Amino acid sequence: MIRVQTDDFDVAQILAGMRQNNPKVGAMVCFVGLVRDMNDSAEVTSLTLEHYPEMTEKSLHGIVSQAKQRWDILDAAVIHRVGTLQPTDQIVLVAITSAHRQAAFSACEFVMDYLKTQAPFWKKETNSQGARWVEAKASDDEAQVRWTQ
Amino acid sequence: MQIKVLYFARIKEAVNYSSEDVVLPEEVETITALKHWLSKRGEVWANLFNGQLVVRAAINHNLVDDLAVIEDGDEVAFFPPVTGG
Repeated sequence: MIRVQTDDFDVAQILAGMRQNNPKVGAMVCFVGLVRDMNDSAEVTSLTLEHYPEMTEKSLHGIVSQAKQRWDILDAAVIHRVGTLQPTDQIVLVAITSAHRQAAFSACEFVMDYLKTQAPFWKKETNSQGARWVEAKASDDEAQVRWTQ
Repeated sequence: MQIKVLYFARIKEAVNYSSEDVVLPEEVETITALKHWLSKRGEVWANLFNGQLVVRAAINHNLVDDLAVIEDGDEVAFFPPVTGG
């Protein structure tokens, strides 16, 4: 399941759906990214996510299919929110099911590392001083590159 | 050749619109050449596309490098390094 949406999501409901009627699932790994009140700017009051609609889902499907080729996983869910969010809001969910934990741990990290460096989303932070685009981080590029070495 | 060009995030804000249809001269065949051609439109464009800023590109919704070849009817997008997740 891959979704790009403005609405919030219910992690428990998504995880329940992924294991329901599926006794082959022995492991589930789930990552949830949240809006913090401090990032490039201090005292962030809101975060607005822009994306490239025609490309976003295609990009996420491509990342998930690479993960499926690399690890023996059963299913993957990626949900990414767009629009304006507040600190403590959920931004992104990546959930992976597999028979054994190692494939799910690795695939979850892989999907997040690729999502952060390849999927066309851009964050703009607002605080009392104004709004600014979030800068990409070299550490995110390094996290992605290690999967290619 | 005619293509569609899209701009996102701070690039969209700088050029002040999100998309345009562009007729390219014959010699503009790659992303590098298109960036160079756009940079000649004026100061705002030069600042974006003269190579000092990192500007990523996609052709038909696939990330590409600057050597990628553009074909008639393509949708080319320019954007800053992504910051989702």
